[in-house]
Amino acid sequence: MCNFRKRLPRLKAGRLAVIWLIAILGMLLGPAQGWGQPSDQAGGENGAPTSIPLPGGVQAIATGQQVDINNFDFSPMSLTIEAGARVTWTNHDDIPHTVVSSDNPPVFKSPPLDTDDAFSVTFAKPGTYTYFCSVHPKMVGTIIVRAK
Amino acid sequence: MNDLDEFSTSAAQSATSRRGFLKCGAWAGAGILWTVAGGIPRSTGLGFGRSAEAATGLNFVQISDSHIGFNKAPNPDAAGTFTEAIGKVRALAVQPAFMIHTGDVSHLSKPGEFDTAAEIIKGANLDVHYVPGEHDVLADDGKTFFERFSRSANGWYSFDQEGVHFVALINVLSFKAGGYGHLGEDQLRWLEADLKPLSASTPIVVFTHIPLWLVYADWGWGTDDAAQAMTYLKRFGSVTVLNGHIHQVIQKIEGNVSFHTANSTAFPQPAPGTAPNPGPMKVEAGRLKSLLGIAEVKLVSVREPLAIVDTPLSA
Repeated sequence: MCNFRKRLPRLKAGRLAVIWLIAILGMLLGPAQGWGQPSDQAGGENGAPTSIPLPGGVQAIATGQQVDINNFDFSPMSLTIEAGARVTWTNHDDIPHTVVSSDNPPVFKSPPLDTDDAFSVTFAKPGTYTYFCSVHPKMVGTIIVRAK
Repeated sequence: MNDLDEFSTSAAQSATSRRGFLKCGAWAGAGILWTVAGGIPRSTGLGFGRSAEAATGLNFVQISDSHIGFNKAPNPDAAGTFTEAIGKVRALAVQPAFMIHTGDVSHLSKPGEFDTAAEIIKGANLDVHYVPGEHDVLADDGKTFFERFSRSANGWYSFDQEGVHFVALINVLSFKAGGYGHLGEDQLRWLEADLKPLSASTPIVVFTHIPLWLVYADWGWGTDDAAQAMTYLKRFGSVTVLNGHIHQVIQKIEGNVSFHTANSTAFPQPAPGTAPNPGPMKVEAGRLKSLLGIAEVKLVSVREPLAIVDTPLSA
């Protein structure tokens, strides 16, 4: 009936490489960036990957850790990352969703994400961050941030 | 969950009268015809069984879930079907006194979506009472919605017409993770005070976006503090609760309280539990308009219940 999973294969293929890339970038850039609270950024209409400058002027494309929104679920529902890593949520459903931290007040909050929109957060501080979709509050997820 | 369970129990216990009778005729057309008769809801199929009383009573129309901005399967043109629905309202044999819109006016809370909706609604040439859906408050806590459509500082309000007391509630703000629709303490206190001076024989019509009873827990189709609201409503002889949100007609009667959800004018959603998720039903083009529609509600001065007629767009 629905074509929810159309973008999954591409995302899965690059995931392992992306994890290593993020770990390396985190080591290189972590101290210099002075990360504090989670910082969020909407990825625009098409969720374009973020370009991170490497030392020596080399540009590397880092899509970061991915959470896919498919079939009214966050996948993976629980994601463990190292402090300083960046998480990008991409909505593959044909209905809008949001990504809002469960804290009061929320420590991160996306704008409405229409189909194929993306939203990113960089997590600086270790801890457990629960979040949900404020349009469909039954959709919940967790980001576990470990100290480096 | 406990609150919702309690709600069902308390509502059932308040069943002091079975007069709150409501039934619904749905067919290929576009509306719910509500009739409040002798203070009690009843339904009549539009186009048949219409009696002379109908002309003397209060008629109003419920429209819901117009989702202006939605453009995917099964409906690439939500503005088009909404325009068609307003056309159905204009074509009603008895012109309604006003309309209510039970939320999700827009799809993404964009100013242009609200403005398009308002422009289409103007075509009905009727006064419209709105409540927001969660799609209307996605940005800036609903400021864009409220500055266009709100009638009170808080957003919730009540009014009286032809002896019927109408209450507009908001249950799409302050969602919590894993939760349901929520009314909140402030609004519940206001509701209690608003109803207090009314006699128990006053017919009450409550409208809000998310159903005030638990339609389906897995999809969050319910309101977690509705039980408290029902404690204020249970003393009344006739209470009619009109909701949207679930894009299909479902009704339930508990004692004097009749609950009714309306069709969307944009896209249908699956019956509870019949699909992996509550996303839009991908129905073929020929079937779409039989699953969209409006609702007309009537109050007549006879000893009959209030009537609701759901009219799909394709008649």
